[in-house]
Amino acid sequence: MELTKAVLAHIVSTDDKIHSYVTVTQDTALKQAVDADKRIKDKSATALTGIPAAIKDNMCTSGTKTTCSSKMLENFVPPYNATVVEKLNDSGMVMVGKTNLDEFAMGSSTENSAFGVTSNPWDYDRVPGGSSGGSTTAVAADQALFALGSDTGGSIRQPAGFCSVVGLKPTYGRVSRYGLVAFGSSLDQIGPVTKDVTDAALVLNTIAGYDAKDSTSVNKPVPDYTKALTGDIKGLKIGIPKEYFVDAMQPEVRTAIEVAIKQLQELGAIVEWDVSLSLTDYALATYYLIAPAEASANLARYDGTKYGHRATDGDSMWDIMEKTREDGFGTEVKRRIMIGTYALSAGYYDAYYKKAQSLRRLIWKEFNQAFSKYDALVTPTSPTVPFKIGEKTNDPMQMYLSDICTLPINIAGIPGLSVPSGFVDGLPVGLQILGKSFDEETILRIGHAYQQATDWHTKKPALK
Amino acid sequence: MTTNTATKYETVIGLEVHAQLLTNSKMFCSCSTDYAGKEPNTHVCPVCLGMPGVLPVINKKAVQYTIMTALALNCEIPEYTKFDRKNYPYPDLVKGYQISQFDMPLSLNGWINVTTDDQTRRIGITRVHLEEDTARLMHRQDPSGETYSLVDVNRSCSPLMEIVGEPDIRSPEEARQYLMQLRSIVQYLGVSTGNMEEGTFRCDANISIRPEGMKELTTKVEIKNMNSFKAVYSALDYEVKRQQEVIGSGGTIVQETRGWDDASGTTNSQRSKEHAHDYRYFPEPDLPPLAISKTWVDQLKANLPELPVARRQRFIDDCGLSEYDASLLTATKIQADWFEQAVKLSSKNSAKAITNWMNGELARLLNSTGTDFMDTKITPQNLVALIDLIDKGTISNKLAKTVFEEMFATGKKPAGIIEAKGLTQVSDSGQIDGIIEKAIEDNPNAIADIKAGKEQALKFLVGQVMKLSRGRANPQMVNKLLIERFK
Repeated sequence: MELTKAVLAHIVSTDDKIHSYVTVTQDTALKQAVDADKRIKDKSATALTGIPAAIKDNMCTSGTKTTCSSKMLENFVPPYNATVVEKLNDSGMVMVGKTNLDEFAMGSSTENSAFGVTSNPWDYDRVPGGSSGGSTTAVAADQALFALGSDTGGSIRQPAGFCSVVGLKPTYGRVSRYGLVAFGSSLDQIGPVTKDVTDAALVLNTIAGYDAKDSTSVNKPVPDYTKALTGDIKGLKIGIPKEYFVDAMQPEVRTAIEVAIKQLQELGAIVEWDVSLSLTDYALATYYLIAPAEASANLARYDGTKYGHRATDGDSMWDIMEKTREDGFGTEVKRRIMIGTYALSAGYYDAYYKKAQSLRRLIWKEFNQAFSKYDALVTPTSPTVPFKIGEKTNDPMQMYLSDICTLPINIAGIPGLSVPSGFVDGLPVGLQILGKSFDEETILRIGHAYQQATDWHTKKPALK
Repeated sequence: MTTNTATKYETVIGLEVHAQLLTNSKMFCSCSTDYAGKEPNTHVCPVCLGMPGVLPVINKKAVQYTIMTALALNCEIPEYTKFDRKNYPYPDLVKGYQISQFDMPLSLNGWINVTTDDQTRRIGITRVHLEEDTARLMHRQDPSGETYSLVDVNRSCSPLMEIVGEPDIRSPEEARQYLMQLRSIVQYLGVSTGNMEEGTFRCDANISIRPEGMKELTTKVEIKNMNSFKAVYSALDYEVKRQQEVIGSGGTIVQETRGWDDASGTTNSQRSKEHAHDYRYFPEPDLPPLAISKTWVDQLKANLPELPVARRQRFIDDCGLSEYDASLLTATKIQADWFEQAVKLSSKNSAKAITNWMNGELARLLNSTGTDFMDTKITPQNLVALIDLIDKGTISNKLAKTVFEEMFATGKKPAGIIEAKGLTQVSDSGQIDGIIEKAIEDNPNAIADIKAGKEQALKFLVGQVMKLSRGRANPQMVNKLLIERFK
């Protein structure tokens, strides 16, 4: 209870500057804190009982608004809980609020929100990354002890890197997507945003597992991920794919990443530089066909007839439906719906969507081949440190490039972890560790060992 | 191109049939499908409402029913199948796309034989696949005359099986027979109620005409809104004539969708090809492809119930029925089951008598009262009881029809009706003699004629005796006693 009250008070005093939250759920939190205290007294508590947490506002919470940071769902209150929320509730979590995101998780800066921009706690003039920017700023600024994010092309890892927190995108199918408002259904995955790797393992323990409500979730036993955190990475083979060190990479970020990799070497890992993943260049194009194609269908349901925003000034049913979508969606969402619709259209399907699917298989295969030689791959999470708010909003292509190191991982469906690995002029740098499908254990083990040897994850923003 | 009116045309028809499957729960969620006649929007959940964040889960029973149907239609069942999204906006489509199957359906390449006027032809089945039904729109008007629509989501996400036929049908009658046979098959399999009027069995048709001998397909027209077998026949019959007239008068057929209007007996243009949808099909990412095990298919195949064609043959072979009678009895499963139950109950082999009552009196009464066979009050037990009473001579054949009518109207047992109405046959010679005395008394002229050897007069007297007994006297005995008397 004390912890919950302290976090709620801290949100009040800091969130006008950062704007992590779309909705602060004080009443729910206080009620859950009472229950948590009871469980702690009963000795039926779990590792997460009573822990104040934030949920990205694209996961359904029964009775609490779930807006996706879109005008379209401004007043939408779901009648059901996402499976992950249900699991966290069962574990005794205290939900303090719903965090801001790029509308429908489409973006890399949390600037595309109908309810305001989120600022980076390390520099309020800079973006926190996105789309789970609100979740990573909440954890970075101690407005929550952990958060859930969703990651379609880097939306957990890239903002985790930008905010100097830990972000994990589990293997596709490891965590149920039921109740996650869909963006790119074959790419979306929910994962934890935490202060350190141990917490990430604890949260993953709770949210992972097969769900009969999600046919794409995989029926594989969930290990105790904390058991993987041995601190020992001696002899692990780590490959460094050279294509992830792009030309546009900031030299200081490159240096920071190289230092981090050397640290892994010192810990006993066998590092091989200059590994080639030759298809990396095609990942961006592949992603920007598949994700918008799926999104164009996923977002078709928002037509004002059932829930959410509805235009009132139309002349006919069709007119109202069109106007609803015209006012309800922001520019980036509309752009992606149009790209996706085009990619699926008769006459273009083979040239775009189908070709992207073929490339997807090849990219998956290339990763598989790499993982036959290496236990993990290590790359930067982003080529740069956080950029200025407004810097890339008028240049979608530049914005898309900020996810260049994270997109291919969703295409392949493999797990990826971003851990804090230094600062350039006071701005965070993230290290990305990639693993085999369903081998979250190895990447958590590497991340954990790295955090045993470094203190980047203990640094806190001044919040000034 | 010149068209002379003497050109003979061939009709080319392909039917697309949608059958709602009789599963307990919906196609992709656990809501009950028992919504018929229930309050709107009471059989719904976040999934079938298309709420943000929901995911579909495949109903295995629906897959099983589709495979069973496909097997009954001689289809191949590929090893892998997948679902796709068919995108189009409409307020009855809650997600803005329908989960259907595009290029990897559950089954392919089947056929059935269809008989019309002693001609039997093989009609190809392109595919049988599975999809979800839409919600239902109800169009209303407020007092000011403004129209609006209400959405009932109960039907949304119900399992719908689509049977796509090849353009092999050559006449409206063949289309009707094909459709009736499909209906009969889904009913025999127990996978659908197959009711066209209630919309659990729906049919759209593609129809074109071409000069006889031509191999290529010509421009087709799609016909919708046919809600009965009769409507299918009438709409296609109308459309054949309309297309012939258009071509005959030098016009060309436009590719379009036309709706059948029962009231006017015409088809009317609804949508032309320029406004056709691009459905932008793509694989449903929320459902991994399904592997259909051969063992399962073999098991389903081995356990298929007897189908109409086989049952008809069995009725002919085992019960000695004519092909015509057997066809009538096996047209619907419920009727064939009823027949078999009656045959099983009859003390001796009364199959022929049962058939005659069913295809004769019962059919006539059902028809004249507009009753569905399903709702008949007569039970197999009661029909068998009536036949027994006739055989025992308790009641005459003629009076049995009156009793049958009463059974049809009330559902009562024949013995009770006979007793209440005093219709028992009189076979007691003393009693009949008494009536004969009275008849002789009343008809002195006839007696004279009989004595003069006129056969006609004897017959007349039999009739008089029957009349005096109100039909109850045993006619054979009356005949016998009168002959003895005047010998």
